[in-house]
Amino acid sequence: MSPMSKIVRTITKFVYSIIIIFGFYIIVHGHLTPGGGFQGGAVTASAFALLLVSYGSLASKKFVKKDFLSFLESSGLTLFIALAFLGLGTTFFYNLLANSGGWFGNVSSVGINPGDMNTGGVVPLMNMAVGLEVLSGLGVILLVMAGAMEFTKKKENL
Amino acid sequence: MSSFVEIIHLVNLVIMLAAALLAVLFRKLLPSVIALSVASLLLSLEFYLLHAPDVAIAEAAIGAGLTMAIFIFAIRGTR
Repeated sequence: MSPMSKIVRTITKFVYSIIIIFGFYIIVHGHLTPGGGFQGGAVTASAFALLLVSYGSLASKKFVKKDFLSFLESSGLTLFIALAFLGLGTTFFYNLLANSGGWFGNVSSVGINPGDMNTGGVVPLMNMAVGLEVLSGLGVILLVMAGAMEFTKKKENL
Repeated sequence: MSSFVEIIHLVNLVIMLAAALLAVLFRKLLPSVIALSVASLLLSLEFYLLHAPDVAIAEAAIGAGLTMAIFIFAIRGTR
């Protein structure tokens, strides 16, 4: 696929890093503000789609491989289910880090407050796992669609 | 105050219906996909006005971003 015009490429160069940082912000603040793992991962994957549409598929495939993204997706799902099995001493999906004082373990304050990042126990870690899984899964879908389009064009030209 | 929000709802829904109608009526494929994306973006604004920002973020990212990218790939494959 041929790259788009120079205006599109320049705007993409300025914008895609900001979109990726906003997606990571949505993932990390998932237990306090609207959004979570799925929404932040979708926003990050849309930045990847912008890069893939404006620059053409081959230029982006050099630094993002399909097998590596598939490995990231599987590791995100494994991390999620491992965090769920970690609280099996009490119940499945038991939140064993909440109110413990360690990682994400502050006692959440009652009443109107701006929100403490260091609360929530295992929920932010699960948000990060789901965000990793969603962004790499949607990236695999985009790469497969772009590659299949190029394969179809090559077969028609023969 | 309530009537002001209702006016915004009505204007948003009318523009969304116009964009959806344009997505059907356009003869070329790329303007049709862009009109579909505009309808999806206005649907996400409607979700935000109905106090569902979670659904609005997901709709804006997937409906207006990723679906349009995949449609553009498919249209470029047909040429």
